[in-house]
Amino acid sequence: MFKAKVLIKRRPSILDPQGKAVEKGAQHMGLNNIRDTRIGKYIEFIVETDSKPAAEKEVSEYCSKLLANPIMEDFEFTLDEIKDGVR
Amino acid sequence: MKATVSRKPKFGVVVFPGSNCDHDAYYALKKILGFEVNFLWHKETDLYNSDVIILPGGFAYGDYLRTGAIARFSPIMNSVIAFADKGGYVMGICNGFQILLEAGLLPGVLLKNNSLQFVCKDVYLSVENSETVFTKEIEAEKVLKIPIAHGEGNYFADEDTLKSLEKNNQVVFRYTSPDGKVPEEFNPNGSALNIAGIINERGNILGMMPHPERASDPRLGKTDGALIFNSIGKYFLN
Repeated sequence: MFKAKVLIKRRPSILDPQGKAVEKGAQHMGLNNIRDTRIGKYIEFIVETDSKPAAEKEVSEYCSKLLANPIMEDFEFTLDEIKDGVR
Repeated sequence: MKATVSRKPKFGVVVFPGSNCDHDAYYALKKILGFEVNFLWHKETDLYNSDVIILPGGFAYGDYLRTGAIARFSPIMNSVIAFADKGGYVMGICNGFQILLEAGLLPGVLLKNNSLQFVCKDVYLSVENSETVFTKEIEAEKVLKIPIAHGEGNYFADEDTLKSLEKNNQVVFRYTSPDGKVPEEFNPNGSALNIAGIINERGNILGMMPHPERASDPRLGKTDGALIFNSIGKYFLN
């Protein structure tokens, strides 16, 4: 079994109005050094297979077809083997 | 696909969990415009011989992950995609447009409105291509008044896609002033080139953010939306 951790980021060319709005909050807090806030997604799940290549293939398809939209997002993921059933 | 025998088209309105304009579409098409309409539950795969499929507005699957992202994998969508591939007519309204983009049936993506606000108001639309089956019956130069109601209608596509949409006359509706001009101040959500609706190159799949079903009943004060449904209706009759 593997634990997958997926990071989804907006592509640099896509504006992030949400990030901009959140950054306004930082300014109101008096945090004056915060720049270029961009909001993405972090997703984690279990992959029930013992084969790392099989896990990579399935996670990759999950990411590219459903979890991320390649028109506006980039994704990266890591796979950590789970031993002794500890998740 | 148009039947060889001329008759009124039969509409199928897909119901996803979270659709909320499905009944509006059904009401406008059946009670106001007199078409035969069936609801199509998203878990089914039978389109019940529909001639035109409507993907209605709403918040399918709660808009979780991204708008339209999960709905695009509903069982009925395999049938809708196969139907569209064969030339069947499909119209996505608001959330339905988002689903069409996620399914790759139309190019681009709809981002959060640049204002970050949910915008619900009447807008004015120019008809940029009046040769489509969805716009044929709309008189030239007519500016449509139809409401929008969305938080994520900011159309985005890369430069090359926008160029090819323009080149192939695939931009069908643009947000305009009441007299049909296209300045940025009449763009309610930040959409590239004021785009409110596009069609695929083949001309059988239309996606639009405004809600024509909410502008079809004269008792509600607006009827420009009916022009779109009646265009496709007339196309089947002729």
